[in-house]
Amino acid sequence: MGKAPSLRARGVGFHTSTHSPFSRVSTMADSKQLYQEVILDHNRKPRNYGALDNASHKAEGHNPLCGDHLSLTLNLDGERIDGIAFRGESCAICKASASMMTATVKGKNRADAETLIQEFRDMATGKLDWQKQPHHLGRLTVFAGVRDLPTRVKCAILPWHTLHAAFNAVASTSTEAEDDPMHAPIGDA
Amino acid sequence: MTAIPTALKSRRAAAFDVERIRADFPILKLRIDGKPLVYLDNAASSQMPQPVIDRLVRYQTTQHANIHRAVHTLSETATSEYEEARRKLARFINAREECEVIFTSGTTESINLVMHGYGRKFIGTGDEIILTTLEHHSNIVPWQMLAEEKGAKIRVAPINDAGELLVDEYEKLFNERTKFVGVMHVSNALGTINPIKHMIAFAHARGVPVLIDGAQAAPHMHVDVQDLDCDFYAFSGHKLCGPTGIGILFGKAAALERMQPFKGGGDMILSVTFEKTTYNTIPHKFEAGTPPIAAAIGLGAAVDYLSAIGMDKIAAHELDLLNYATEQVNRMPGVRIIGTAEKKAAVLSFQVEGVHPHDVGTLLNQDGVAVRTGHHCAQPVMQRFGIPATSRASFAFYNTLAEVDALIAGIRNVQKIFG
Repeated sequence: MGKAPSLRARGVGFHTSTHSPFSRVSTMADSKQLYQEVILDHNRKPRNYGALDNASHKAEGHNPLCGDHLSLTLNLDGERIDGIAFRGESCAICKASASMMTATVKGKNRADAETLIQEFRDMATGKLDWQKQPHHLGRLTVFAGVRDLPTRVKCAILPWHTLHAAFNAVASTSTEAEDDPMHAPIGDA
Repeated sequence: MTAIPTALKSRRAAAFDVERIRADFPILKLRIDGKPLVYLDNAASSQMPQPVIDRLVRYQTTQHANIHRAVHTLSETATSEYEEARRKLARFINAREECEVIFTSGTTESINLVMHGYGRKFIGTGDEIILTTLEHHSNIVPWQMLAEEKGAKIRVAPINDAGELLVDEYEKLFNERTKFVGVMHVSNALGTINPIKHMIAFAHARGVPVLIDGAQAAPHMHVDVQDLDCDFYAFSGHKLCGPTGIGILFGKAAALERMQPFKGGGDMILSVTFEKTTYNTIPHKFEAGTPPIAAAIGLGAAVDYLSAIGMDKIAAHELDLLNYATEQVNRMPGVRIIGTAEKKAAVLSFQVEGVHPHDVGTLLNQDGVAVRTGHHCAQPVMQRFGIPATSRASFAFYNTLAEVDALIAGIRNVQKIFG
C-alpha cells in the first residue's frame, strides 16, 4: 500500500551507537499529544450524548476489531442538521471524535458536513497535511496524531463513517467493510 | 517506585541469569520512540534469539534446496536437516515416534487439519463435539464449519468467575453422541491452565478422542504428549522463539493412519495416475507441497535453545514474573485482573477502570511497553465476563521484574492522564 510509516517515522531505533541513524528519532509529536486535555474532556463529558426521539436519519457504527460501537441519530431540516446525538461504548479517541463531530456539524448544511467528513478522513489517514493544506477542520486537528497510529485511525474515523452512513440512510456501517465507500486505507495494520 | 523483592531476585539469580539470556535477543535492545522496549506481548508472538536467526542464515546460505526430491547433495542436506528438525520436535514433546509430528503453518492449520482429516471422516449428523468457553477462535470456527456441514452439534463446557473450567459441567456434557473433544491447554486470554490430563482420561474412558490446543502451553512448560495421552496436540513456532509460518500437529500414529489427507499435492503421494492416487505414509501424507523448510529447521533450533535453558526453569521464572505482577496490580485501586485461576501461566489480563483497553495500549506504547489489547480472538471469554476487551501483558522467560515495574508505572500514568 506504500503508506505504512517507515520504522524511522514511527520512532523506532536501537540503543547501540552503530545504529545511530535510527536512534532518538521522534516524529510522533502529534500522536504523543493525542491524549490532550480537549480529547480527555470530550471523553469525560461527551457533548450531544443520547438519542433523538424523532430522528429523520440514523445509523449504527461498529468497529469489530475493538468492539467500539456507536449509534447516531440526526434530524435534517431540509439540508440543515437541526439536531444530532450519539451514544455507545468506545475508546476515548472514538468517543471524543464523536462528541466533537456532533458539536461541529450541528447547525451546518449537509454538504458542509460531507466536506468535513472527507477532510477528517484525509487528515487521519495522512492524505491531508493539516498544517500546509487548506481545510475547515478547526479544533478537529487535535486528532491529526492518529495518522501515526494505524490501529487507532479507525477509532477516530468511526463516528464520521457513521454520519456519512446516516446521511445515506444506510442502516449500519463498519470500519471493516471492504465495500464501504468511506473505507479508509490504514497501512498494514 | 515499587520495591523489588530482593530475596526473590537473588534466589532466582543463581539459577536463572536473565540478563545473559536477554543478550541473546537482539530485538530487546530496541528503543520505541526513545524508550527501551518492554515487550510484554509474548502470548501473541515471542522474539527470536540469535542462535535461531543464525540457523536460518546458515540454512539459506549453505543448505537450501527442495526436500524429498532430488539426488543432489543440497537436496539431501536440506532433507536430512528438515527431518532432523522433526526429530527435535518429537523429542521436545516426547512423542513416541517422529512420524507423529506433522509440520503445519501453525496451530490454526493444525486444528483445521484435524477437522478435515478426522472430523469430516468420523463425525456425522447428530454427533456432538465438546469445546470450552475458553477456546481461541481457531479452536471454535473450524468445528462450527464442520458442524454446519455435517449437521453435528457443538457443546460448550463453561467456566467460573475466576476463569477456571467447570470440570463437573464438562463431564456432564458427555453422552453416546459425543464424538470429539477440543480444549486448550492454557488460555491465551486469561492464562488459565486447564486440567487436561484429567479431561483426556475422562473422554478416553468414553472412547472419545481429544485435541489439545497447546499454542500457549508449549512455550511455557514441559509438554509430554505420552504422559498426557492426548490424541492430538497443536502448537505454533512463532510463540516458541521460532519463525512464523511453521507449527506442529502431533497426532497418535494410529489416529493419523485412519485419517484422510487434508491437502492434496506433491510429496503426500506414493503414486498418481488419473485413475487412482496412492497416498504417502505418515507424516508425509499430511505435508502436501513444498513445506516451509527453513522455518522448520529454525523451529528445531528454537527448541534446542529452549531445552538448553530448561523448560522447568523457564516456567519457574515466568511464574515469579506473574506472581510479582499480580501482587503489584492487586495493590492498585481501579485496576481489575480478568482471570484469577489458581493455576495460571504468565498471562495478566486486566482492565483499568474508566479507560478503554485501546487507550491503555496506546499510552503504554508511548512508554515503550508493548501489550495486547482487544478480545484476544476469544470473544466468548469476553462475553462471559461481560466486557468487550482487555489489556493483556504476557511474559516470557527473557522478561524481568524491572519490566513488570515499567508496566505498573505505565498503568499509573494512564490513570493519571484519565484521572
